[in-house]
Amino acid sequence: MKTPNDYILSVSNLNVTLQNQTILDNVSFKLKRGTILAIVGPNGAGKSVFFRALLNLVSYTGKIEWSDKVKIGYVPQILSVRDIPISVKEFLSIKKGSNIESCLNSVGLEKDILGKSLSTLSGGQLRRILIAWAILDKPNVLLFDEPTTGVDLDSEEAIYGMLKRFTKENEVTLLLISHGIHIVRDYSDYMLALNKCVTFFGESKEIMNPSLQKIIYGEPHVCIEAEA
Amino acid sequence: MADTLIFSIIIGVFVGFSAGYLGSIMVLEKMALVGDALSHVALPGLALGFLFNFNPFLGGFAFLFGSAVIIWQLGRMTRLPFETIVGALFTLALAVGILMIPEAELLEALFGDITHVNTMDTIAAAIISIVAILLTKIIYNRIVLSMISEELAISHGVNVARTNLLYLSLVSLTVAIGIKIVGTLLVGFLVVVPAATAKTISSNLLRYSVLSSLFGAISSSSGVLLSGYLNLPAGPLVVLSGITIFIIVILVKWASKFYGP
Repeated sequence: MKTPNDYILSVSNLNVTLQNQTILDNVSFKLKRGTILAIVGPNGAGKSVFFRALLNLVSYTGKIEWSDKVKIGYVPQILSVRDIPISVKEFLSIKKGSNIESCLNSVGLEKDILGKSLSTLSGGQLRRILIAWAILDKPNVLLFDEPTTGVDLDSEEAIYGMLKRFTKENEVTLLLISHGIHIVRDYSDYMLALNKCVTFFGESKEIMNPSLQKIIYGEPHVCIEAEA
Repeated sequence: MADTLIFSIIIGVFVGFSAGYLGSIMVLEKMALVGDALSHVALPGLALGFLFNFNPFLGGFAFLFGSAVIIWQLGRMTRLPFETIVGALFTLALAVGILMIPEAELLEALFGDITHVNTMDTIAAAIISIVAILLTKIIYNRIVLSMISEELAISHGVNVARTNLLYLSLVSLTVAIGIKIVGTLLVGFLVVVPAATAKTISSNLLRYSVLSSLFGAISSSSGVLLSGYLNLPAGPLVVLSGITIFIIVILVKWASKFYGP
């Protein structure tokens, strides 16, 4: 029998309205500890705003309940590092974590990258550094908004492989926004499809089903009640 | 005269150092124009000081601080970039200031005057600069993080709005003491050019902020020194010193590309 402790996150009747436009409409679901959940949906479906609501960065109605002692590591989709002379070491030191080298190791980077400027890193290296930033203070929940934006396909696979290994080894719950169908299938356990409301909530392997893809990415969409 | 010159040089070192340090953030924020334009806002405040016989520095600071709060609040309300808001405010302030200020003091207000500084001015400039530098050092990383990503900063527990307000207030303070020797028209230079010079040769924040502060201190003090010997207004000479450093740095960087290892 499941206890309430099995769940790390419970969202009920979540609504977000920005500038008189409904961005999220009555979103409800529950998430078990240690799960990798992919958030999918077309552009403008409210995925990033959903993350912002989970982080309390945007005002909402409804309920977002995290379990006790939750510690969240977050990597946003858009960053501007091109114009800032900051070294990798200086960036990671802002977070005051004591285990910078072991975090670099976890994301597959050598410590000689610490002296490099953030603006000179490749897309893949930058994303790995951001993941290192997110795991630096040992979070038990990770929120990644398209963690491989601007990364080539090989590096993308490597980053997701590393993320999956890391979350399973450290019993971390991972929520990630992704547009890649094969990424969702191979690297997540469950998926939550959003198109303002929830259009699907279930196992990730279902994403290969063409009729479901039509529901997730097509118009018009049908909202469902998602209580797993 | 010798004492006045020494006092002015000391003020120049402190003001240049703190303006360079605070300016290093402003240039990163792409707010270079804000630093320049903000200084002009002090002019009506200086005018009130001259007209009603109180310390023009206090009037200048009051106007700068008031403007910083208005800019900050408008920025929050309208989400307009700081540059846009300042652009609108500063031309108005410059126009009103020039109309209000007595003609005899206009040159001093615009280009600075090092012949009227005393011990108290020097001590006040030193203390204000040190406080501004220390407080900025505390919030430096938070501001940089919010430049990289505001969401990242907020999720890290940074109160971005409050940090920006504190920073703008410290810039107002630094600009206000800079006006004394460089003048309101040119003090913005000290916030912008030393940082721009340092940025061309820096790959990390420590080097960037230290070089920016040093370039600020050198331009400011050497400009004041030249002013004392040539009997010319300090402001334009500070600008010329700073630009000379900028050109030397660019040339050395350019040469090292061809002849370096």
